[in-house]
Amino acid sequence: MPSDSALRIVWIYPDLLSTYGDQGNVLVLEQRAQRRGIETETIHVRSADPVPETGDIYLIGGGEDRPQILAAARLRRDGGLHRAVNRGAALLAVCAGYQIMGSTFGGEEGQPVDGLGILDIASVRGPARAVGELVAEVDAALGLPTLTGFENHMGVTRLGPGVKPLSRTVKGTGNGDGFEGCYTGHIVGTYLHGPALARNPALADLLLAWRVGGQLAPLDDTRYELLRQERLNTVLAAG
Amino acid sequence: MTQLPLRAQLASALGRSAATLSRMTGRGDGSVIGGRVGLMLEPDLLRQLARDRKLALVSATNGKTTTTRLITSALLEVGEVATNVFGANMPAGHVSALSQHKDAPYGVLEVDEKYLPEVLDTTGAGVVCLMNLSRDQMDRAAEIWLLAQKWRRALSGKPTHVIANCDDPLVTWGASTAAKVTWVSGGQRWKEDSWCCPECGGPLDRKDADWACRECTFHRPEPQWVLDDDAVVDPRGQRWLLDIQLPGLANRSNAVMALAVAEAFDLPVERALPRLREVTSVAGRYTTVEREGRQARLLLAKNPAGWLEAFDVADPQLPIILSVNAQGPDGRDTSWLWDVDYRILRGRPVFVTGERRLDLALRLDVADVPFAVCETFSEALAMQPPGRVDVIANYTAFQQIRSEFGRAV
Ligand SMILES: [Zn+2]
Repeated sequence: MPSDSALRIVWIYPDLLSTYGDQGNVLVLEQRAQRRGIETETIHVRSADPVPETGDIYLIGGGEDRPQILAAARLRRDGGLHRAVNRGAALLAVCAGYQIMGSTFGGEEGQPVDGLGILDIASVRGPARAVGELVAEVDAALGLPTLTGFENHMGVTRLGPGVKPLSRTVKGTGNGDGFEGCYTGHIVGTYLHGPALARNPALADLLLAWRVGGQLAPLDDTRYELLRQERLNTVLAAG
Repeated sequence: MTQLPLRAQLASALGRSAATLSRMTGRGDGSVIGGRVGLMLEPDLLRQLARDRKLALVSATNGKTTTTRLITSALLEVGEVATNVFGANMPAGHVSALSQHKDAPYGVLEVDEKYLPEVLDTTGAGVVCLMNLSRDQMDRAAEIWLLAQKWRRALSGKPTHVIANCDDPLVTWGASTAAKVTWVSGGQRWKEDSWCCPECGGPLDRKDADWACRECTFHRPEPQWVLDDDAVVDPRGQRWLLDIQLPGLANRSNAVMALAVAEAFDLPVERALPRLREVTSVAGRYTTVEREGRQARLLLAKNPAGWLEAFDVADPQLPIILSVNAQGPDGRDTSWLWDVDYRILRGRPVFVTGERRLDLALRLDVADVPFAVCETFSEALAMQPPGRVDVIANYTAFQQIRSEFGRAV
């Protein structure tokens, strides 16, 4: 049984928004916490269930148009995620999950759909699908190495003054304006879909550090680094 | 059969020549190029080739090729069958298959999920077999909820007899607009794409094979055919042992679907089942290849649901080689590896290869599964003690192994 001190990881709506390997973010966070001796408790919140407010790190993933609209409506009604981030919880919102954190996003026919208003962003459905490897340089203030991952979406996202761009794209589309993702407080939104943290363990550590505090002990990241270097070399060499 | 119009005869004949040339020059098995040439000369060729035949279309995310093969094997009991045996499952492949057997009274066509509406419209097939829908190579494949929606529109208002797996909620939803449906309880191993109601988005309550929406009336229909472990119960309640040669639960499920389709062609179980037993491998799947005293059995797994099926077949006593690529046909994105639960491999010697072995290595590392990374499949095989080993590979990785070891089928 988890103790009161366990780090609570909350995975929101795996039944609606976990189209492609989103579970990877949960597994990577668990592994990196546990290898540092931090006990974790993971809660899978199905869309019929209330979102707990006392989690430490919230994860929400990607999905098809219809599940995305359903998820937005349910999270608005539920209110648990709002209350959790207002209490300072960390949130990683990925792809469809990123879009629904904004004021509005494009539905299956491009119609505007109300989002949660947790992030100061607004998304529309773009003219073409952005599919492929993405490479981006992270805002220096966050002190993270180059982002690498895969994007697969039709969204174009405009950032308001309440958020900062997470990174500047070197390869790929991201938000559609030369930047990829955004952040504010303890919240990160990104178009890097699926297991974004597996390709960017430093981003996983950023989320952990926000909740655990202090310096995190270094880990043997050989496996992560081999994959990162192979991907970055291959993708950047392709021009 | 009625004669094809002259133009179609010519298009069909030229297509066959192109296919022969393609095979002779070693450019491929010819099943696509021949059909393309034919369709270029006569765009209406597929419709004309399909006319006057009894056709079954087979579609699903997983098991299309195998089930097509099983149905074909069964129908050979009653006559000649045209089929796309090499798995070329788009219209050019269908033209090629029907051209090559232009007098066959029966046709069994594997159809890509996206193309099912178009191929059904064109061919007017009398029977459609629908088995499962799950996440698959999302960087190029369509979204599955959308696919099921298109199936509904395509089947609505047609006299087609649908044979569908009612254990898969999304397939049930996709099939339920058809005028006539035979429901088969074929099982569903991968459930991660069907926790929500396809009709209203509400939560699905599940108990064993049964499921029902908590918020609307959508529920699992009563099956006429039931797969019960290693046996099938037919619509009359008679139980038949499914002693087929193909291994694993997924293939027993494919076999039940095939028996239900056979019955839709008036072929009874007692005549169809012995024909299913004749199938031992399908396009290299389940084939064993041998080198220097090592016998490697090849299992194909293209997506998370396919990996679950392969784990079901793999022998836990044996070492296992995993090979993953991310070329076009595989999907360029390896994110799906994180949907597969690899913990089942703990305790077995695991060897990792393929072009994306580093992705797989990290995945196994996070799952706490020890492994060795090998540059090539040959190197992985050479590291095995003499004897048997299982191999699970995704599409192009599988084809690379097959071509290196010769196309043993
Ligand atoms: Zn419902």
